Amino acid sequence: MTRKHYGGRDFGTQRRLRKESFFKFLMAASASLVLLSLVLILVIILWKSLPALKPSMIIRNPGSGYYLGREGGILNAILGSLQVVFGATLLALAIALPAVIFLNNYLRRKSWLAETIRFSLDVLWGIPSIVYGAFGFLIMITFHLRASLLAGLITVAMVELPILSRALDETIKLVPSELKEATFSLGASRWQTATRVVLRQTFPGLVTAVLMAMGRGLGDAAAVLFTAGYTDKITTSLLQPVATLPLAIFFQLNSPYPEVQQRAYASAAILTLLILLVSLASRRLSHRLSRHKIR
Amino acid sequence: MRVIGRFSRRDRGPGLATAPFAIFPVALTVVIFLALLMKAWPLLSLKALPSLLFSSTWLPSRGHFGLWPFILGTLWVTMTAILLAVPVSILTSLYLSEYAPVRLKRIFQPVLDLLAGLPSVIYGMWGVLLVVPAVSKFLAPAFGRQSSGYSILSAALVLALMILPTIISVSVEVLNSVPLALKEAALSLGATRLEVIRYVVMKKSFPGILAACVLGLSRAFGETIAVLMVVGNVPVIPRSLFSPAYPLPALLANNYGEMMSVPGYESALNLAALLLLAIVVGFSLLARWYLVRISRRSA
Repeated sequence: MTRKHYGGRDFGTQRRLRKESFFKFLMAASASLVLLSLVLILVIILWKSLPALKPSMIIRNPGSGYYLGREGGILNAILGSLQVVFGATLLALAIALPAVIFLNNYLRRKSWLAETIRFSLDVLWGIPSIVYGAFGFLIMITFHLRASLLAGLITVAMVELPILSRALDETIKLVPSELKEATFSLGASRWQTATRVVLRQTFPGLVTAVLMAMGRGLGDAAAVLFTAGYTDKITTSLLQPVATLPLAIFFQLNSPYPEVQQRAYASAAILTLLILLVSLASRRLSHRLSRHKIR
Repeated sequence: MRVIGRFSRRDRGPGLATAPFAIFPVALTVVIFLALLMKAWPLLSLKALPSLLFSSTWLPSRGHFGLWPFILGTLWVTMTAILLAVPVSILTSLYLSEYAPVRLKRIFQPVLDLLAGLPSVIYGMWGVLLVVPAVSKFLAPAFGRQSSGYSILSAALVLALMILPTIISVSVEVLNSVPLALKEAALSLGATRLEVIRYVVMKKSFPGILAACVLGLSRAFGETIAVLMVVGNVPVIPRSLFSPAYPLPALLANNYGEMMSVPGYESALNLAALLLLAIVVGFSLLARWYLVRISRRSA
């Protein structure tokens, strides 16, 4: 192969191009490795769950001898997970929304208080959910609560709070200041600007954040491990223990009976489906809702 | 320095009403710290902190609470996971942002989104089904070792896969924000695309990619259920990647809540939780310090 010379100087073009194609191959290889192993996870879960995936799984509670492989389903855990997650998300939103409004509308951006609040949100975000679980358990002991829906949803709300607050904070920061200034110039108060303009403008972001937090809450096993308990019935009161899907999967997987293990796979497929629905809903909704945004 | 911006009288009510909610995260952080410290205190007042942290005898029934095996277990698992995940995810995100055809990107993004949201118990299940047998039957014999498969390596593989989607999607976003003009300038000077990546793209997006990796790191180190399912849970000092370990979160998950009978046990577990919290605070401080330094340099 002839070497190219530019003005008598050799830039090593061939060698450089060979190096490029080597690294390009490496990148493509790792990308396919990633895609392959990720798809493999989904495929294996679906494949393993097929034998046990019957309608009775989602419309029945565990019957007697369910954990020995007899009839029943995991309706208790599906409903329980939804109860915990809806309660937790509402609670977390009730704290995160006013907090973020205060943070962005009443505080100066670089003030020490705003910095401290953002830093504490960073710390809370990083705290492993098992530590929240432990802390939730300590709260339970202090207030003489038993493992219950209430304790579980409070703990999950603590896990969701920093996720929600940080996501809301990020979206609210993106609102152009001209928009706020325009409302202020019309004589609106900070509160009016925050609730009628900024919040409306960030509504799609809010919906995405809420659904993201719900997805996290739905799958979190460590937070509910000591706080929510477990039950084979459907929970009807805040003070009763509640079953959750991740724990249902975890317990059934540890069973020595193959039938029960298969149901763990089926439960995992159901949980995956729920998470998929949440993430699809978030895409759809944020797309549809952003029609009302002022650009 | 003024903390609160100027506002009119009619804004005072809403301001006062929302302020407590904004203080809540700060209060919660402090309360969690104090509650764990209070519960860990009985043990801390009996023994010096270093003797608890660096002792490797864990015999709760005899009053020995050495956390060193658990600390080492956490370090081994997290570090191996990061070492496995970071090169692969950087290469993948570079491919996705610089080379991949649009159609491939369209397939990748939803898969990454879904998998970033997949619960840890599902990753753990996948680990039990596939990774543990693979390690015990193929990987360990290939290195001339014997292993049950429930090992540091299995946990690290599961964790690496778990944090890949997060690291990749954040890195791709960072890489896509590199201005096209910069790349074109380098190309026009005769650089190959690889050289553009190395001298322009990577240089420009280094802080962002580092942030993505730290994000993955913090998720990996606190991960409980997925690790617990595949790591073996044996409180010994790990000798190799194929030996089992017992990370701190797994210790908490297995024993918290049923620890009342043995004296000191409760304190020891709360100390473990406190340790996890302290590490998170350390991470956040480090990240904040780095961000401040970066923004000063660019300003």
